[in-house]
Amino acid sequence: MCGIVGLFIKNPEMEQQLGEHLSNMLLEMTERGPDSAGVAIYHDSVTDGSTKITLLSHGRNYAWDKFEHDISAAFGGGTRTEIRADHAVIVVAAAATDVHAWLHQHYPDLHLTSSGNTIETFKQKGLPADLIDRFQLRQLRGTHALGHTRMATESAVTTEHSHPFSTGLDLCLVHNGSLSNHNRLRESLRKHGVEFQTDNDSEVAAGYLMWRMREGATLDEALQAAIEDLDGFYTFAVGTRDGFAVLRDPIGCKPAVMAETSDWVAMASEFRAIATLPGADDARIWEPEPEKIYSWQRA
Amino acid sequence: MNEVDLATTKVHELNAALHGVTATAGERSWNVLNPRGHHSIAAGLNAPLSVLVKGHVGYYCGGMNKEADVTITGNAGPGVGENIMSGLIRVKGNASQYAGASGHGGTLVIEGDAASRCGISMKGVDIVVGGNVGHMSAFMAQAGNLIVCGDAGHHLGDSIYEAHLFVRGSIDSLGADCIEKELRSEHIDVLERLLQIAGIKAQAKDFRRYGSARKLYNFHIDHAHSY
Repeated sequence: MCGIVGLFIKNPEMEQQLGEHLSNMLLEMTERGPDSAGVAIYHDSVTDGSTKITLLSHGRNYAWDKFEHDISAAFGGGTRTEIRADHAVIVVAAAATDVHAWLHQHYPDLHLTSSGNTIETFKQKGLPADLIDRFQLRQLRGTHALGHTRMATESAVTTEHSHPFSTGLDLCLVHNGSLSNHNRLRESLRKHGVEFQTDNDSEVAAGYLMWRMREGATLDEALQAAIEDLDGFYTFAVGTRDGFAVLRDPIGCKPAVMAETSDWVAMASEFRAIATLPGADDARIWEPEPEKIYSWQRA
Repeated sequence: MNEVDLATTKVHELNAALHGVTATAGERSWNVLNPRGHHSIAAGLNAPLSVLVKGHVGYYCGGMNKEADVTITGNAGPGVGENIMSGLIRVKGNASQYAGASGHGGTLVIEGDAASRCGISMKGVDIVVGGNVGHMSAFMAQAGNLIVCGDAGHHLGDSIYEAHLFVRGSIDSLGADCIEKELRSEHIDVLERLLQIAGIKAQAKDFRRYGSARKLYNFHIDHAHSY
């Protein structure tokens, strides 16, 4: 069991309270996943040619000053760093591939949790209440966000094994369920050059979607292909730069509920997460059907 | 009439109060406010109570119900009326998966749609769905009636033992050992009685009946290749 939530803001005035609403939703999913919690939040797109990365350090007193000095020296001025607990969000005036290569060479101890134009991800072991408090998630604003509370059923309980998993630019995935063919699929994807940072099953799903989209598929096409290639139980919520999508496996054991008002679209493992949102009682509420892709995009 | 607001009262406190009512003592009529998707609201009732839940409920609302009449004005999460023994549970909105699972008796009315596995392993409960049911409904059903006024998803009645399934609309597919059967006058009587209880206006003659072909009751050597 795990808990997943997603919130897509339609009314721009609500973007200021995205972190507040996301936090309230995540708290309701505490019992579904007390092992770890994480969020991906989309806000403040950087200019084209720049890259926004989120890095996870090991230990609270990481020497971010030195890191910032080094990355500025490597890529010139214009870098911005924002520290949240043991994570740092860094904007670099360079292409993602160059930034990744530099990180790999100079700072292999740092864990890249996400990278792109808009996405930021924060995750850690423990309860969602601790994540919200430590990362001051209630202050965050943005256009859309995903969240996850994990009850581990396979790989280890560590921050690195926590969701969301982000394997492609601005692409992230949260998962409730378990995949049964992830080992073979991971090996196959590695042959296609997809890199994985853990032995977690959900990371394989994220890597799979990234690979499909890198090969030219749209998100919907990648998800359609996933129905054939992923074996196991899942409700996925997938975030992209412009929106998010939801997919349940053909058996549809893992719960999911969706709701929409004129102000927002939300998904969650259970309605009680959605009940925290303004206007939830009068929202259009439905259960997503198995094998059907639901997606929203910013116009 | 007692009123309980779940914004200020815990579900277990509500349920303890409802469990304190007996056939001869205690307030029979209850309103529950702000259910907000909480689990197990009005579960385990064991007396002729009347409970009105105003809003949407989470998992297992009205589970194990005996004698009580529970109405949910909104939607219900997974397992509404699971293992119902008697009484009536009514969902005015939609129900999530495995509504009425393994119910032994009583009646479950879902005025909207029910998701997958509605009436899975039903053992005597009567279920009336105003809209559609999802895939694998009445899986391994053993006794009772499932009435679907809309359409049914894939594998309806898969591995059914007994139980009567009535569907007015289309069926994506029948499950293993589930076949269409003749709609006789005694079935019309059952349909009319249950549709009246449900308050759903539908003509009994518009339904088709499905049930067990009874081919899976015993291992048959001629079917060995199927295993």
